[in-house]
Amino acid sequence: MAAASSPPSAALRAAERAARESYGRLLAIIAARSRDIAAAEEALAGAFEAALTQWPREGVPSRPDAWLLTTARRRLLDAGRRARVREDAAEQVAALQEALGGEGAASPEGLPGEGPTFPDARLKLLFVCAHPAIAPEVRTALMLQVVLGLDAARIASALLVAPKTLGQRLWRAKLRIRDAGLAFEVPEREALPARLGAVLEAVYAAYGTGWDEDVEGGDTRRAGLAEEALWLARLLVELLPEEPEARGLRALLLFTEARRPARRGPAGAYVPLDAQDTGRWVGALMAEAEGELRAAAALKRLGPFQLEAAIQSAHMERARTGRVDRQAVALLYEGLVRLAPTLGAHVGRAAALAAVQGEAAALAALDAVRGMEEMDVEAYQPYWALRAHLLARLDRYAQAREAYVRAVGLCEDPAVRRFLLERASALPEDATLPRARG
Amino acid sequence: MQFSILVYETQSELAARNDASRQGEYWAAYTAYSRALAEAGVMVGGAGLQQPVAATTLRLRAGKRQVQDGPFADTKEQLGGFFLIEVPDLDKALEWAARCPAASTGSVEVRPVLPPPPSAAASTRV
Repeated sequence: MAAASSPPSAALRAAERAARESYGRLLAIIAARSRDIAAAEEALAGAFEAALTQWPREGVPSRPDAWLLTTARRRLLDAGRRARVREDAAEQVAALQEALGGEGAASPEGLPGEGPTFPDARLKLLFVCAHPAIAPEVRTALMLQVVLGLDAARIASALLVAPKTLGQRLWRAKLRIRDAGLAFEVPEREALPARLGAVLEAVYAAYGTGWDEDVEGGDTRRAGLAEEALWLARLLVELLPEEPEARGLRALLLFTEARRPARRGPAGAYVPLDAQDTGRWVGALMAEAEGELRAAAALKRLGPFQLEAAIQSAHMERARTGRVDRQAVALLYEGLVRLAPTLGAHVGRAAALAAVQGEAAALAALDAVRGMEEMDVEAYQPYWALRAHLLARLDRYAQAREAYVRAVGLCEDPAVRRFLLERASALPEDATLPRARG
Repeated sequence: MQFSILVYETQSELAARNDASRQGEYWAAYTAYSRALAEAGVMVGGAGLQQPVAATTLRLRAGKRQVQDGPFADTKEQLGGFFLIEVPDLDKALEWAARCPAASTGSVEVRPVLPPPPSAAASTRV
């Protein structure tokens, strides 16, 4: 029944996902040994190509993954032999043979089975992609390409980078990894939290690219990467079950994803969080998110992603109780700005303050953010949208209007643009202007 | 670095300029965008252009002049205006281009500006 009722695109997506899972797993194994991601990619691509010609002739092997791995390794070895660019090529080849002959490898006959018996080197691959020596803006792209096998052009679109530029950056990053000998390993205990933070940030950045997609029947193969980010977050929890921040990120993404059906009205109008129809929030995703948050809390190591997830959870309590615990949200933001004082956290905290200390206090907090070093609010749309909202509530309509205009000018999403323009035009004339008596 | 942001609008969007039910939002969006560019300190210049029907195109071929009513090419999307911005790199330029109202309905081209020409004396040397 399932086969008959699922549309071809769903089946295709399922097949793609399966290929994606294999791709990352295989690439990680090869790259972790050779430490040369670009060469590993080429070798694996060649193996996939070979599969396309041979399997129709000879039949699909009983263990396709193992076949691909062996073929890719053989190509890597051959490529190493052919590349006589350095004097120590012979030494390199010997080292490569030794490395490939290590754990997890075997002769074609005695191949290890799939799944748990293959060492999952994707974690090492993720960590090396987030290495401090790799520029932060490349990390997300690198992870998506090497662990998920995503097309660079698609990644470029989602990250709002010119495809050529991204291609160059990815190339340089892989060279860096190879030539600087960056370690393919899970960092030691002391270094782990910071490095994991970088990995999680990169996954979160990928999720953000899928945020503004249309809801109704939207083609998920479009620019955004929300699905991929969710998948990576789940993988990280699987690979690092004792790391609460990985669960925190997964919870955060699940909460956010749960609201997707409610974010736009029937005609595509923007619906702010507190006005959303909670009946359209996806209960199953929320429940999963709560589970992750609980599991994270049990590990007793607080972190910024857990706090952000908890903030989401508090907002979404409205589905259960009909209200939001504003004090709790404000408190959580206080924690967040201490642990991760980003622009987003500061603006979020100011918004939370409005509900518990009033708009004037919130506005003061916003003004303080603008004065902070390294906080560049000039092009940060949420700052101006909040500022406009607060000024309007304080009856400072002329200033509110200016702030709304600024926020509109910084919007990418036409639905949000329209929403803010409507708010601006609904403002009365400035109450502080002197009125003629009469 | 200086970049041009070339705003290519669809016929429908261009028609909004004169449509009473749509022009309020249309102009408000572009005004807000220009203000944001200016207040962020990245605006170097720019101009909105009148409708393509107001254009005249000139070519000189083999000593003959050709003057035609209308724009350079009869494409679905037409140039509606341009901005010149000063930003550190292409990434930043693309961020600003994404905020242009035409980005969601038409196309926005970002192209680096050539450096200013050399001195008059230098530029006459061939």
